[in-house]
Amino acid sequence: MGLLSLIVFLPLLGAILLLFFPKDAHKAIRIFAIIIFSAIFLLSLPLYFQFDSSQSGLQFEEQINWIGSIGASYHIGVDGISVLLVLLTAFLGPIVCLSTWKNITIRIRGFYISLLLLQTGMLGAFVSFDLLLFYIFWEVMLIPMFFLIGIWGSENRIYATVKFFLYTMVGSLLMFLAGLYLYNVAGTFELSILYETIRANSIPESVQLWLFAAFALSFAIKVPLFPFHTWLPDAHVQAPTAGSVILAGVLLKMGTYGFIRFAIPLFPDATLVFAPYLSTLAAVGIIYGALMALAQTDMKKLIAYSSVSHLGYVVLGLFAFNSAGQLSLQGVEGGIYQMLSHGLSTGSLFLLVGVIYERRHTKTIAEFGGLAKVMPIYAVIFMITMLSSIGLPGLNGFIGEFLILMGAFSANYVFGIMGALGVILGAVYMLILYQRTFFGEITNKKNLPLNDLTAREIVVFAPLIIMMVIMGIFPNLFLEKMHATLQALPNIEMFTR
Amino acid sequence: MGNTYLLFIPILPLIGFLINGLIGHKLNRKVVGTIGGATVLGSFILSLMTLFRILGDGNAVSYVAFHWITIADLDITFGFRIDQLSAVMINVITGVGFLIHVYSNGYMHEDKSVARFFAYLNLFVFSMLILVMADNIVLMFLGWEGVGLCSYLLIGFWYQDMFTKKLSNADAGKKAFIVNRVGDFGFLLAIFLIFMTFGTLNFEQLSHADMNIAGGLITAITLLLFLGATGKSAQIPLYIWLPDAMAGPTPVSALIHAATMVTAGIYMIGRLSFMFVHSETTMLTIAVIGTLTAVFSATMGLTQNDIKKVLAYSTVSQLGYMFMAMGVGAFSAGIFHLMTHAFFKALLFLGAGSVILACHHEQDMRKMGALKDKIPTTFWMFAIGSLALMGIPPFAGFFSKDDILARVFVEHKALWALGLVGAGMTAFYTARMVAMTFFGTSKMTKKQELHVHEPGISVRFVLIALGVLSAIGGLIGIPAALHGGAHFSHFLDPVFEAAQAHQGGHHHLSHLTEWILMVISIAVVATGGWLGFDIYSKEKSIRKNFVKHPIGGKLHHISYNKYYIDEIYDFVIVKSIMGGSKALWKFFDVTIIDGFVNFVADIVAFISGIMRKIQTGHTNSYAFSIFIGALGILIYIASRL
Repeated sequence: MGLLSLIVFLPLLGAILLLFFPKDAHKAIRIFAIIIFSAIFLLSLPLYFQFDSSQSGLQFEEQINWIGSIGASYHIGVDGISVLLVLLTAFLGPIVCLSTWKNITIRIRGFYISLLLLQTGMLGAFVSFDLLLFYIFWEVMLIPMFFLIGIWGSENRIYATVKFFLYTMVGSLLMFLAGLYLYNVAGTFELSILYETIRANSIPESVQLWLFAAFALSFAIKVPLFPFHTWLPDAHVQAPTAGSVILAGVLLKMGTYGFIRFAIPLFPDATLVFAPYLSTLAAVGIIYGALMALAQTDMKKLIAYSSVSHLGYVVLGLFAFNSAGQLSLQGVEGGIYQMLSHGLSTGSLFLLVGVIYERRHTKTIAEFGGLAKVMPIYAVIFMITMLSSIGLPGLNGFIGEFLILMGAFSANYVFGIMGALGVILGAVYMLILYQRTFFGEITNKKNLPLNDLTAREIVVFAPLIIMMVIMGIFPNLFLEKMHATLQALPNIEMFTR
Repeated sequence: MGNTYLLFIPILPLIGFLINGLIGHKLNRKVVGTIGGATVLGSFILSLMTLFRILGDGNAVSYVAFHWITIADLDITFGFRIDQLSAVMINVITGVGFLIHVYSNGYMHEDKSVARFFAYLNLFVFSMLILVMADNIVLMFLGWEGVGLCSYLLIGFWYQDMFTKKLSNADAGKKAFIVNRVGDFGFLLAIFLIFMTFGTLNFEQLSHADMNIAGGLITAITLLLFLGATGKSAQIPLYIWLPDAMAGPTPVSALIHAATMVTAGIYMIGRLSFMFVHSETTMLTIAVIGTLTAVFSATMGLTQNDIKKVLAYSTVSQLGYMFMAMGVGAFSAGIFHLMTHAFFKALLFLGAGSVILACHHEQDMRKMGALKDKIPTTFWMFAIGSLALMGIPPFAGFFSKDDILARVFVEHKALWALGLVGAGMTAFYTARMVAMTFFGTSKMTKKQELHVHEPGISVRFVLIALGVLSAIGGLIGIPAALHGGAHFSHFLDPVFEAAQAHQGGHHHLSHLTEWILMVISIAVVATGGWLGFDIYSKEKSIRKNFVKHPIGGKLHHISYNKYYIDEIYDFVIVKSIMGGSKALWKFFDVTIIDGFVNFVADIVAFISGIMRKIQTGHTNSYAFSIFIGALGILIYIASRL
């Protein structure tokens, strides 16, 4: 068994082992879960350090004949697109796990089993190089998330989780059908062969359009791209903190990852046809999401809408095609960078909301005000996270946004301008949120006795803050992993300037 | 190498920021202040060394720390390049910055959050240094945003308090940040356009690039850059944040909102002068906007009663003069005024701070008066600063402002006339401020009277140091007409060489014309100053009669209320966006999209209600269905093999 398999299936193994723990051994369950999550992260580190940036193909590759009769193989590996996403997933794992130390009080064993299964699903999806395998992991993610919201969520959780499930299922089904068609043509689910087949022009262009549309819709819902986003605010508001963090931190990236791994390289011609429309939706979504965030009174809803806006940037970057049909390297690398970046900053934002939700059992903005006085450390961490989220140069958010806008602008200046407008609005809603929460006098007496962050909570946030700075100052540490792979994207020509 | 030390110029304040930010609250306040000041002093010494090196051989000094963002042909370094222009800037920033740190030690000695204050102040100096030292436009943008952040944090430093009845300190900070973001929008787009057009973002490489490109493009680039400058340097239409920025502690107003940060827009145009001169449209726009801002904000300064507000409008106005200079291609004159303004405006703000403390946190000049003999050092230094601001020879502001007006005269007579009117108003409001504060009769309460005192020794030292600079700082730029050597402008010549070469030779004024212009401007300034002083140092009935007069009263009212521009912006922009977003959310997200989604869900629920009847609950029938289904799939697959 290779390293990658170990990383992917260790959480599953952990989940199975948890079944043997007594239901009430809460402490043991928690400690065990955190050990597993930490081990996954440690195991994932060689993926960064031993990754050869000069190679464009798969590394840490494993291929086993799986269901030979239908041409499905267990083919996994990482390349410049996925290696950092795997690392992000592994990195957030222990942080999320540690953050749940106190705030999950019912069905603890089930909760950690769900978290671990989710981890396997996400890691598996990012490393799969076989369409069927990817699809299976994709569906595996859905179930634990459904339970996370449905069992450990807030009052309205059933509506939210069903909405989440239905939206995603609609998308999944379309992708599944399109996948079956591809299989029908190529006789395999193996991605590299699928790339070849389509390049050999064995699928008529009109059919390609339909196939692309099916994949794109599935991913657009997951991103979520405007106007397929309304499941997200509900899911976030009802989800427990850990659910929101994973949802925003990793799950949403499954959609944008799907675009760059499947939809774009599989159907280059159809991509060009659809790119202007998807870019339009992305650009509109950037502004629309920001405006929606302005209108919210609930912290989580506000951040959820900000995700719609920020993920709009990612899609804008991934589809920064110029009129000659070439993709901007800056735009697409910026898009991938923004996926990582958004995982950190929005993950951190949801954790931060979780901190006061745990203390006050509300996340209505109007309930707060003046918190900087009683929770100074919390205020500082919130400030840094906010700055990261609004793209202040020197922190992670800027790099992705800058590269995306640069790519989008050089491809089509209208999209660049719309995206840059979103930068203004992004500052508006976040600064308003911050001011209403932290500045002014403490008007609500319930906030007076609030305690600042505990040592455990500081440990939760410290790695996030450190990574925000590192990603802002030394982006080349991460960008250099991407160059070779992206430049070799099947049938996609890159343009610079 | 040998230039590695350049890295320490910004790094030292960054270290100060980290120490005070992370553990400052546990340290003695004296230690905190010393760390804050010493790190900036260290940078100042290194900056001076650099300046002397450049004075010696005239060569720029550069150092690349590492490659920041590298993708294909995009290669943005984390690198510095100090030429004559940035050498002036780093010395002003660290020199004036150091003095203000010393001042703050005295000024903030009662504040509980002194560590936070010095941490922010150090972070500001770091960012400002990055802004002017950067060898490329994106790193400059990092500094640009960094100073904006510090400005935001420091305006809202006392985050619990209200600034005015309607506006909290936090509101003022947020306003500054957001208005600046509007400018940044232009800046960012300009960066993209520059990269697309010239293929580089490095200043040095850009200066060698061929600027003779399509006229529309270069105009678009420079106008977008100028939009960024109007945000940071508070020009029409984005000046509205600066008067409210006075919500911050007074040393902050002196350092950030007068001496350094707000001049970033001027610096940017100076840095890219070789690009700006290629668009006459942009240059004219800059000159016109600068002139209008200079005059318009001077009219608002005429009636303000808050001493810091007067200085704030004065800053907006003086920045207008600097843009006026840049717009007519008088780059070194603009930078010269930037420097002298840094001296005398920092002095005036710090002097105002001493007055405010002496009067027990009173900022309303109507409640002051007759402070001249009670706080003599402050008075004399404030007077020097005022004379410099008015432009009375031989104080610093005279030479720099006169330089600008003379150059504007050559290019645009109308703008020159407006600038002259502005200079008269400047003299008027400055004299009025001095008169209301230090002369006339005291309007303080008995309790306040007892409290009045000179500031401590460190504060007085700083006032005197800046007083000396404001008095004689202009002497390095005495024009040839006055038998001076114009050393300052010659020093900067290499920086603006390319721009000036493109513009061609300037029509040099004859010495006689220069003399006449000087006499005219001195006469206007003296008249304005005398009027302001005379009317406001005594209880002249003209003051009341003017306000009572139907037209005079209206004029006064409009000026005092700043033409209601804030209210108009608030109504047209803020209210419509906030209200609009709420309406859009309810209409589109909730009603249309979710309405559709829920409708589909209802239909599904209805159909499934019927379909439920198929669910018999018998295991056998399920097993049978599954078997049939699986068989179907297998047959299908087998048929394809």
